[in-house]
Amino acid sequence: MSRSLLSVDDLGAAGIQSIMRLSDSFAEVSSRSIPRVPALRGKTIAALFYEDSTRTRLSFEAAAKRLSADVMSFAVKSSSMSKGESLRDTVQTLGAMGADAFVVRHASAGAARLVSRWTDAAVVNAGDGWHEHPTQALADCYTLHRRFGGAAFTMAGLHAVIVGDVKHSRVARSNVKAFTALGARVTLVGPATLMPPCLDGWPVSVEVDLDRVLPDADIVYLLRLQSERTDESLLPSQREYTARWGLTRRRAALLPGRATVMHPGPMNRGVEIDPEVADREFCVVGDQVRNGVPVRMAVLFWLLGSGLPTGESSGQVLAVDGGDAHQPDSIGASDEEVR
Amino acid sequence: MSTEAESAPPVMGGVFAARAQVLGPDDVSRALTRIAHEIVERNKGTAGLVLVGLQTGGVPLAESLSSLLTSIGGQAVPVGRMDISFYRDDLGLRPVAPEEATFIPADLTGRVVILVDDVICTGRTVRAALGALADYGRARAVQLAVMVDRGHRELPIKADYVGKNLPTRRDEHVEVSAGGVAIGELV
Amino acid sequence: MKGMVVRGATVVDSSGVRRADVAIDDREIVAVESSIDAAGGRRVVDASGCLVLPGLVDLHAHLRDPGNPECETVESASRAAARGGYTAVVAMPNTDPPIDSVEVVRYVQERATRAMTEVAVAGTITAGRKGERLAPMGEMFEAGVRLFTDDGAGVQDALLMRRAMEYAGGLGAIIAEHCEEARLAYRGHMHEGRWSSFLGIPGIPAEAEEVMAARDIALSRLTGCRLHLLHISTTGTLDLVRKAFKAGLPVTGEVAPHHLSLSDAEVASYDPQFKVNPPLRPAEDVRSLVNALVSGEVVVATDHAPHPADSKELPFDQAPPGMLGLETALGVVWTVLTSGSGLSTGLDDMPVLSFEEAAAVVVEAMSVVPARIAGLEGAQGGTVRAGSAANLCVFDPAATWVVDRNRLASLSANTPYDGRKLTGRVRHTIFRGEPVVVDGEPLR
Repeated sequence: MSRSLLSVDDLGAAGIQSIMRLSDSFAEVSSRSIPRVPALRGKTIAALFYEDSTRTRLSFEAAAKRLSADVMSFAVKSSSMSKGESLRDTVQTLGAMGADAFVVRHASAGAARLVSRWTDAAVVNAGDGWHEHPTQALADCYTLHRRFGGAAFTMAGLHAVIVGDVKHSRVARSNVKAFTALGARVTLVGPATLMPPCLDGWPVSVEVDLDRVLPDADIVYLLRLQSERTDESLLPSQREYTARWGLTRRRAALLPGRATVMHPGPMNRGVEIDPEVADREFCVVGDQVRNGVPVRMAVLFWLLGSGLPTGESSGQVLAVDGGDAHQPDSIGASDEEVR
Repeated sequence: MSTEAESAPPVMGGVFAARAQVLGPDDVSRALTRIAHEIVERNKGTAGLVLVGLQTGGVPLAESLSSLLTSIGGQAVPVGRMDISFYRDDLGLRPVAPEEATFIPADLTGRVVILVDDVICTGRTVRAALGALADYGRARAVQLAVMVDRGHRELPIKADYVGKNLPTRRDEHVEVSAGGVAIGELV
Repeated sequence: MKGMVVRGATVVDSSGVRRADVAIDDREIVAVESSIDAAGGRRVVDASGCLVLPGLVDLHAHLRDPGNPECETVESASRAAARGGYTAVVAMPNTDPPIDSVEVVRYVQERATRAMTEVAVAGTITAGRKGERLAPMGEMFEAGVRLFTDDGAGVQDALLMRRAMEYAGGLGAIIAEHCEEARLAYRGHMHEGRWSSFLGIPGIPAEAEEVMAARDIALSRLTGCRLHLLHISTTGTLDLVRKAFKAGLPVTGEVAPHHLSLSDAEVASYDPQFKVNPPLRPAEDVRSLVNALVSGEVVVATDHAPHPADSKELPFDQAPPGMLGLETALGVVWTVLTSGSGLSTGLDDMPVLSFEEAAAVVVEAMSVVPARIAGLEGAQGGTVRAGSAANLCVFDPAATWVVDRNRLASLSANTPYDGRKLTGRVRHTIFRGEPVVVDGEPLR
């Protein structure tokens, strides 16, 4: 069975770092006038997007093409996938057509893992429900590496503050794992209705008052607030959210000079962040998008071309104490007790 | 999701065990000086030259050649490094990882590029390097300098400048360093 | 019929444990003695090393008939039940159409005449199981229905539930509730807690069950109606049931084998085979439920819920909840009670019972008390003595076996135990004096 990137846990710190190192090489490739290498010539990558995400899909397609791979791209609305063909049938059909890797985006947590059970091809999780979005986290880590510099690809000593709708955010789950794996301290800030119901075992602290943590923040990661959250009575109103957890001009002034502001996009200007603050130099949203391509090139190359070992199998980051008789395989292949 | 086998470290060639020293440090230095003079002679000076060392063994040799050429010609000869991992034709057959990102110091269009590597054997690395070079512009000419030519060519590629021709068996391994050239086996 | 002798076993029932052979003629046990020879040409059924128990009674099986014959039928479910040692099952009414009228009751009863176990039909509380107005409970009661439930969903309207309990109480029927406050459980797919937070799967809090259990216990006090709580899954619900016992209320509760053996950590695989409603709970709840079973506070009911294979190949949140239960229930319960470890809880302070203690728990919780709740006493769940109905489960407590989803009698294969090793296996099942399962294989 081929290897896959389903979760940041599949990489661990060492794996994240080797992806970062590869990303440096692919950033160089991307900067050329002909940003293409023949590394994955003859490989076929199937992009299965069961959820609208043009940005992520284009980023993966650009990455695949710059590696000279062939791309089969399926958006749910334009194919038989919307006509009731099951996920399994689609995967097996594309497998029979020679797909070497599947890039899977799906509204259901665990969908990419299911796909990996049905195929020998490599599987990349491009976002599964509220669960994970590992390549976004890798792009974010790489963006921070480029900004903070250093050869070691570590975040030791940095304090990352993740603000907003953690509960429904695959980006937050992946970034908590990635940031803490690289040594950062992570604080989650937001209303209790938007926090996961149980944070036992998460290596994070939780704070309700954003003003209190900003002076000590190296990274402020703003999560997107979906408008339906107010319909579900998770929030009284967007206005109240912005007043309490938006990065307003007043709050931006609380940040230390070294701070970096991130957002997985697309930003709701005026909701999560003041429109003017969003355009300041410390807001690296453009870099996050730009770095997505070399990072995804690195992931595809790592899975299909490099022959490199996968990351430390002891890459569990979030500790969930579920007993050890049946070790959950979603948090790494190690037999070690997870604490 | 990694299985046991996939997590195991890949075989990267093993550890080099030297059996015989073929060239000493002075021999290497003399060979480099000779190659530098051959380059100047053949190109009628150093103008328009760019040296590109192939990762990893060619990089220090290219840097030495660059300083030799600079002192002979009187003007700086730019030196870059190239990683050809993404251009190899044996991807997937063995572990391939770039050591460091490629750095090309100038637009190559119209220049004479001298590729520098420590050892040439099958010629496949050089073929990959020629493919990679094309992505940086259309060089006027590409020449090849190597410290050791082992023979065993599998492609129609020939070095322009050679430190030493060293007949070897396929299973032998040649190691080039500042300390000289040694022949031995990977164990 | 010549009759038979079940030889070499240890008989366990409410009256205790003894070595005895059991002679059966026609539909009745005619003798239970330390040694009965095969005189009179009786067929000999070898049961050496086995326990002879009164046939098991399942209060909670989804037979999918009418409506989903590709999934299960009365016949296939009864075959699975017989293989699991059951001689009676209660057919839950959330079929298609639901069992909310005498016509559908009669349909299932007619189908049941060819079954390998007794089938008691449950009816819905509300018409169409829609939770809006009462189903004709009186007519269905006259057709033989003794248990009413909207299982699959709880009755959300408290006033309607009060009326249902008043009405059913007057009939002498029992109301069985699927405790789930729909708004609290809204869009949830697994237990809400550490694992759901970690896995990014929307959760169902324990309180969604407990809120409704508390309401219905209060309504039982108000109406005096007998109340049976289906598939109790949380420590909090058990606490409510104990309080109800103390107050002398007519309340009973059941626990499913999967809630006694599997924790929510299983969902980490994202395998929909572990999706069930109520969801698998944390190991601490599993331990509470096992302790409640050991102390006789709850009975075991399978919540046997067949689903077609393709529906369990969907992403977790799209797959239907439910697991097979009939064929594995006794093996699972026996393994849990005697191994101490459960199957997946990882806790080291689970109770460990001797064979005799475990057998006593099984007799009470899987046969005697369920028969009483279902209104089947007399025919089912009796003591193994001359004059009793010959419904027996012959069980080898030491046999180990590995569950193979492809070798089940059910038409579906959605067992969460595929590949798991269980201790204790049903060897023979005798239903109304006839061996319907011999050496683990159904005879029809």
